[in-house]
Amino acid sequence: MSTIVSLPDQATAKLPRKSYLNEEYGIKSWLLTGDHKRIAMLYLMSITFFFVIGGMLAGLIRLELLTPPSDLMATDTYNKVFSMHGIIMIFLFLVPSVPATIGNFLIPLMVGAKDLAFPKINLLSWYLYVIGGIIILAAMVLGGVDTGWTFTTPLSTHYLNTHVVTAAMGIFFAGFSSIFTGLNFIVTVHRMRCPGMTWFRLPLFVWGHYATSIIMILGTPVLAITLVLVALERTINIGVFDPTKGGDPLLFQHLFWFYSHPAVYIMILPGMAVISEVISTFSRKRVFGYTAVAFSSVAIAVFGFLVWEHHMFIMGVSQYSALVFSLLTMLVAVPSAIKIFNWSMTLYKGSITFETPMLYAFGFIGLFTIGGLTGIFLATLGMDIHLTETYFIVAHFHFVMVGGMLMAYLAGIHFWWPKMTGRMYPEGISKVSAIVTFIGFIVTFFPQFLLGYLGMPRRYAAYPPDFQVLNVFSTAGASILGIGYLLPMLYLPWSLIYGKIAGNNPWQATGLEWQIQSPPLTENFTEIPVMDHEAYDYEWLANKTQHEVQTVG
Amino acid sequence: MSHISPVLWQFLVHWLKQFAIFPPEASTIAPYADALYFALVGMTITGLVLVSSMVLIFSIRYSKDRHPEAVQIEGSTLLEATWTLIPLGIFLVFFVWGALLYFRIFNAPPDSMNVYVVGKQWMWKVEHPGGQHEIDALHIPVGRPIQVTLISQDVFHSFSIPAFRVKREAIPGRYTTVYFQAKTPGKYHLFCTQYCGTQHSGMIGWVYAMTPEDYRAWAAGSTSGASLAQNGERLFASMGCNACHSGDAAARGPSLANIYNSRIRLADGSTMVASEAYLRDSILNPSTHVPAGYAPIMPTYQGQISEDGLIDLVEYIKSLDSNYRVQQMMNKSEISSAQEAPVGNTAPAQGVAKP
Repeated sequence: MSTIVSLPDQATAKLPRKSYLNEEYGIKSWLLTGDHKRIAMLYLMSITFFFVIGGMLAGLIRLELLTPPSDLMATDTYNKVFSMHGIIMIFLFLVPSVPATIGNFLIPLMVGAKDLAFPKINLLSWYLYVIGGIIILAAMVLGGVDTGWTFTTPLSTHYLNTHVVTAAMGIFFAGFSSIFTGLNFIVTVHRMRCPGMTWFRLPLFVWGHYATSIIMILGTPVLAITLVLVALERTINIGVFDPTKGGDPLLFQHLFWFYSHPAVYIMILPGMAVISEVISTFSRKRVFGYTAVAFSSVAIAVFGFLVWEHHMFIMGVSQYSALVFSLLTMLVAVPSAIKIFNWSMTLYKGSITFETPMLYAFGFIGLFTIGGLTGIFLATLGMDIHLTETYFIVAHFHFVMVGGMLMAYLAGIHFWWPKMTGRMYPEGISKVSAIVTFIGFIVTFFPQFLLGYLGMPRRYAAYPPDFQVLNVFSTAGASILGIGYLLPMLYLPWSLIYGKIAGNNPWQATGLEWQIQSPPLTENFTEIPVMDHEAYDYEWLANKTQHEVQTVG
Repeated sequence: MSHISPVLWQFLVHWLKQFAIFPPEASTIAPYADALYFALVGMTITGLVLVSSMVLIFSIRYSKDRHPEAVQIEGSTLLEATWTLIPLGIFLVFFVWGALLYFRIFNAPPDSMNVYVVGKQWMWKVEHPGGQHEIDALHIPVGRPIQVTLISQDVFHSFSIPAFRVKREAIPGRYTTVYFQAKTPGKYHLFCTQYCGTQHSGMIGWVYAMTPEDYRAWAAGSTSGASLAQNGERLFASMGCNACHSGDAAARGPSLANIYNSRIRLADGSTMVASEAYLRDSILNPSTHVPAGYAPIMPTYQGQISEDGLIDLVEYIKSLDSNYRVQQMMNKSEISSAQEAPVGNTAPAQGVAKP
C-alpha cells in the first residue's frame, strides 16, 4: 500500500493545439459563452476587480485608524468606507470567490461531465453578478451607503440619507447569482456524474461545494426578502421593523442573521473543499477519513442554519433561547475540528512536498484553527457579552474569512492555475508571496484580538488614545499584507505568457481534471470517462503512469 | 540610541506608557469573566500547539526527501471518535461555564439600585431615580449592585463598559437590563458598541465609580430637585391620566396602586406580570393588553411622550406600589448608613421614591 509519485519533466510538455481558450476568438465568444470554464474566467476577472476595490477600502480604513482622531476623513466618510468594504468583500468577493471561479471551472471536470447542467443559467448568474456589482459600485460612486454591511434597522430604514435602497438592490441581484450557481451545482452533482462516479468516489471538493450549494439555495432567498422589506420600509413605510408602528426591529435581526450566519459557511466551506484537494495532492496520500470529511461538510451546512441567534445574545432575546443557540453553536464547531484533525493526519506517512498551494494550505490550517477556536469564545454566552461588537469579533471573522478563505482561494488559484491556463506560475516568487501574506496577516489581525479584549468597539472612526499602539501594529501589518496580495496579481498575468508550460498533470494529482489536457478542450473529455477507482487513489495513478510510459516507450 | 531621532524616541516612550493589553478589573464580575477568558485562551493555545505540531512534525518526518513512498491509509474510526468527542466535551464545558456567567450578568439581584439609560443619536442620557440627569456620564457608588435599564429612542445602541466586562443593547421600543457591581473607584470608558450612524464613535462617555461617601455628595449636589417619580406624577396629572385612572372603583380605567409587579388578568383570559415593559406598552399601545373588566377605550400615546417621560411615568406607577416603596426606603437607609459625616447637612436632598 505505498506509492511513489514523481513529478513529470516539464521540459517536454507542450501546449495543446486546441483548448477552450482558443476554440473561438473575440469578445462576443466570451460574453455569450455557455462554457463553464470561460464563465469561470469571467468570474475570476470580475471578482479580482472587486477584490482590488474592497482591498483599497480596507487600506483606507487602516490608514484612518493609524491615529486616534478621525483626521484622514470625516466620520461619515469613514462609515461609508467600512460599509462598502464589507458589502463588496462579502457579497462580491467572498461569497462567489471559490464556488463561482474554481468551482465553476472544476465541478463538471471532477464529476466527468461536459458542462454544468444549465450552461445558460450559469452565464445568467455571471450577468446578475455583474449587474449587482455595477449597482453597488453606482451606490458607492453616487455618494455611498453607511449602514454597515448588516443594514441594521431602524438605522437603515429611517435614520440615514444615503443610497441604502440602491445598495440593497445590488445585493439582491448578486444574491440571485449565487442562488443560480448553487442550483446548477446541485443538479450537476445529482444528474451528471460519469459512469462509476458514485457519491463516495466524488472528490471532497465536490462534497464541499454540494454542501455550500444547499445553503445558497435555502439561505439566500431569506436575505433577498429581508432586503426587499428594508427597501419597502424605507420607501413606503410599511412598518414591519418599526416599533412605533407595531413592528419589531429584532425581527430584522432574526431574518438577516438567518441568512448571514449560514452565509459564513457559504464563504468557508468551498475553501475547506480546496484544502482537502491540496493537502492530499502534495502529501501523495488519500485524505484521511474521507467519509468523516465529506459528512462534516454536510453537518456544517445543516447545523449552520440553527445558530443564527448567537449574533443577538445581548440584544434582548430570551435568555433560555440564548442557551439553546449557544449549545448549537458549540455543536457546529465540532465538524470544523474534525476536518482540521483529518487534514493534519493526512500528512502522516505521506510523501510531502512544499509547493505554493501547500504553503497556503498550511497557512489556512493555522489561521483557521485560531479563527475557529476564537469562535468558541463568542459562542460562550458570558464571554460573548464582553467580546461582541468589539475588535475581537473583527479579528475573529477576519481570521476565518481572510486567514481561512482567502488563503484557501489563493491555494486553489495556484493549484489549478496550470489546469486553467496551461502554464505554471513562477514558483519562487509565489512562495515568497505566500509567506509575506501569512506574516502580514498575523501582524494585521492578531493585535485586534487584544484590542477587542481591551474593549475597543468596532466601526469607530475615532478611538481613545489608549488603543493606539495596537492599531499602529495592525496598520503596519496591513501594508505587508497588501504586498502579499499585490504580488500574485502581477506574476499570475505574467505567467500567462512567460510561464513554463505545465503539461496535463504537473502535480501528479488523481482527480479526473488532471487526466485531461491543460487547458482542457471546450467539451472537457474526448470520450466519456469511466470512474473505476476511489477518489485519491494514488496506486491507480501510479499504475496508469507506468502503463503510459510502457506503451509510449 | 542616539541615532533615533528625539521625536521618534518620545513617541516610543509615550506609546509604551500607554500600552495595555488588558483592561482594569473594576467590577465584581470582571474576575469571573477573566477566569473564563484565560481558560479559553488556554484551550486555544493547546489546540493550536496540537495542530501545528502535528503539521510541523509530519512535514519534517514525512517530507519527500526523507519519506519518498507515501503509505496509503484509509482512516480510523477510533481516531475520528476521539477528535469528535474530546472537542465536543471541552466545548460543552465552556457552554455551561459561559451560561452561568451570562445569567449572572443579565439578572440583577432584587436589591439593586436601578438607573435608567436612554440611548439616542449620539449620546447616553442617564436618569437616576433621585432625579439626577447626566449625559455621557454615569456616576455610581462602588459596592452596590446596580441595574441599568436601557432603552433607545431611535436606533439600536449598545451600552458597554469594558472595565466591568458588561454590555447590552439599547433597543428602540423595548427595555433591556444589565447588572454590575463596581469594585474599584475610578473613571472608566463607556462606549456605544452598536453602529448607530454618523457620530457612532463620538457616543462615548465615562463611568465614575465612587466611594459611597463621594457618591452621596455627588448625588446631593446634582439632583434637579424632583425625583423621577415626582416628575412622573406631574406628567400624569398634566396628561390627564387621572381622569380615568383615579383609583375609584367606578373609574373608567383600572387603579394603578400596587399594580407594579402584580399579575394582571387580561380581557382574553390570559395573565401577565405588570413589569416595566408592560406599563410602558400599556401607555403606548393600550389596546394590546386590556385588563379584564375594562373597555379598550384608552387612546394611544404613541409619539406624544418621550422615552424620558415614559420612564418618569413608569417610575411614578412603580412608586404607587407599597412593596417597591419599602424596598426603596431600605436602599436609601443603606446608603445613608454607608456614609455619615462628610456631607452633613446637604445630604438628605437626594429624593428617592415618593414616600
